[in-house]
Amino acid sequence: MEPIRMIRSRTVVIASTNIDTDQLMPARFLTTTTREGLGQHLFADWRYDAAGQPIPSFVLNQPQAKGCQILVAGRNIGCGSSREHAPWGLYDYGFRAVVSTEIADIFRNNSLKNGLVPVVVDEATHAWLLENPGAEISIDLESRVLRLPDGREVTFPMESFARYCLLNGVDETGYLLSQIPAIEAYEQRIGA
Amino acid sequence: MNPTTLFEKIWRAHEVVAQTADTPAVLYIDLHLTHEVTSPQAYSMLRERGLPVRRKDRTLATMDHSTPTDADQLFGRIPIKLESAAQQVSQLEKNCAEFGVELFAVGSPHRGIVHVIGPELGATQPGKTIVCGDSHTSTHGAFGALAFGIGTTEVGHVLATQCLLQRKPKTLAVNVEGALPAGVTAKDLVLAIIRQLGVSGGTGSVIEYRGSTIRGLSMDERMTVCNMSIEAGARAGLVAPDETTFAYLKGRPRAPQGADWEAAVARWRTLVTDEGATFDREIHIDATTLRPMITYGTHPGMSVAIDEAIPSDGDAVYQKALSYMGLTAGQSMLGQPVQYVFLGSCTNGRLSDLAAAAHLLKGRRVAAGVNFLVVPGSDAIKREAEALGLDRIFKDAGADWREAGCSMCLGMNGDTVTKGAYCVSTSNRNFEGRQGVGSRTLLASPATAVAAAIAGHVADARQLS
Repeated sequence: MEPIRMIRSRTVVIASTNIDTDQLMPARFLTTTTREGLGQHLFADWRYDAAGQPIPSFVLNQPQAKGCQILVAGRNIGCGSSREHAPWGLYDYGFRAVVSTEIADIFRNNSLKNGLVPVVVDEATHAWLLENPGAEISIDLESRVLRLPDGREVTFPMESFARYCLLNGVDETGYLLSQIPAIEAYEQRIGA
Repeated sequence: MNPTTLFEKIWRAHEVVAQTADTPAVLYIDLHLTHEVTSPQAYSMLRERGLPVRRKDRTLATMDHSTPTDADQLFGRIPIKLESAAQQVSQLEKNCAEFGVELFAVGSPHRGIVHVIGPELGATQPGKTIVCGDSHTSTHGAFGALAFGIGTTEVGHVLATQCLLQRKPKTLAVNVEGALPAGVTAKDLVLAIIRQLGVSGGTGSVIEYRGSTIRGLSMDERMTVCNMSIEAGARAGLVAPDETTFAYLKGRPRAPQGADWEAAVARWRTLVTDEGATFDREIHIDATTLRPMITYGTHPGMSVAIDEAIPSDGDAVYQKALSYMGLTAGQSMLGQPVQYVFLGSCTNGRLSDLAAAAHLLKGRRVAAGVNFLVVPGSDAIKREAEALGLDRIFKDAGADWREAGCSMCLGMNGDTVTKGAYCVSTSNRNFEGRQGVGSRTLLASPATAVAAAIAGHVADARQLS
């Protein structure tokens, strides 16, 4: 995984609350056996009509969304299914961070493992971000600070180990494999 | 020793390495359930790193999500219509053969929805840690197991190490007291709980369901409740094991046998929250006030009692949900025409669900214009239902009796609801497009599903019996 220290980008705002992973990646795209190319299906049913044509009113189909790496979403994004295809799709599309007041547990875990930074902010900051789509903001993972265009700094929580892994491009699988001696000792202790 | 919660006891017993300020706990996983949709990329990871499946004896695989429920397609008499689904199924067969993982493939008498077969086999047991790449893994918590859904990267972690890196969640007690009124089911109870908690009320928490109402539920009913814990945002839901649990498990093929059984039960009896233990949060529900529930919106928290009007106070997102559903504030759900009824899923696809539905349906007909799909949760349930003649009741009434699978709960196996159509569904999610592009899902109990199938519109099942 690529180390991530700083994400600086304009935002895309999708203000709906409770954006579930079925919206992020509808089930009919889960029959894939790889993790590549899912960006094209991100928000498929909000993004395309029945004929597969882009729906112009949807933000991801608008020119200002191009190149944006930060998605600002309504409260409780990522609820529902555990499908990792949702963060795979967001990452493949080009997003590197998701900002909301609440981020669902499994989606947050899955995002962290794929270089997609889940950022939980307070209501006031969130309200400002929702009202100012396209704002150029930065997310500094080192200091756990989100910077607004006027220089205001907002600290966000981030589990220390996940942050370490993101900053250093460390993959958790390798860390877990280094624990094999402790796992073997545990198995012996419980007779597993 | 300090009084501790059931959750805390299971957690501590599985700590290979305890969490610190800098590192999460290394948590041992007793049972890893896998299926075709969320495992292929995890097996690819093993291959890339040259790793084996560390504990094949703690890993089970089945195929359920993308398998068709149409017998001709399932048993290969005609090709599976969805080519990508067929490919995914064959990839699982290849992966399990290559890595030596036990697979309940098509034709196996044990195949079924992953959360139905674990309990059925007796592999789901009190005190175990159980994970699966599926959010409804919370179902297994009905047995007093700590069970939660994980993503595919974590599926890879468990395949490779039998462990996960986890921060300890908070605890949330849902206390339910009193007898459920006649005609009110476990599904209605859990929909009422989610309505009270909200769809993110359980985020970061493990729920323990407690109280006289929960103690009085059968295992099937407890599974229905625990299954939907994730719909309140909680990764896991627990019920302390008791005589009901032990009676269910006794004699099942993967349950402890002989002298081991007595020892296991003695151990399981200690799996309770001690008197005086505290939870991070508690809520209370009076079961005696509950009515049959049905959803009207696009998440499982948007529900009303069957005879209650759709609330009219809502923001723009709420209005958008109603508009998607084609419903209006102030409207009663009773009388709302439906085109599909789905009985099945890991929430309500067990034998008691089918039996309750058949009991109400017997001697009646499915209304013209209603497509009523009945999908057993597993092959074993299908056989048992057929032995009891339930299939005849469904077929005679005009319902479609299918092979086991996830089916219409999620639109990825060919069973879908057409755009704009309404489906009363015993499944767990009413998200936009969940049952097919443009589908409109009304979540309810098997009884309410049958009432709708007979009437052709949303109806109160209490007036049927």
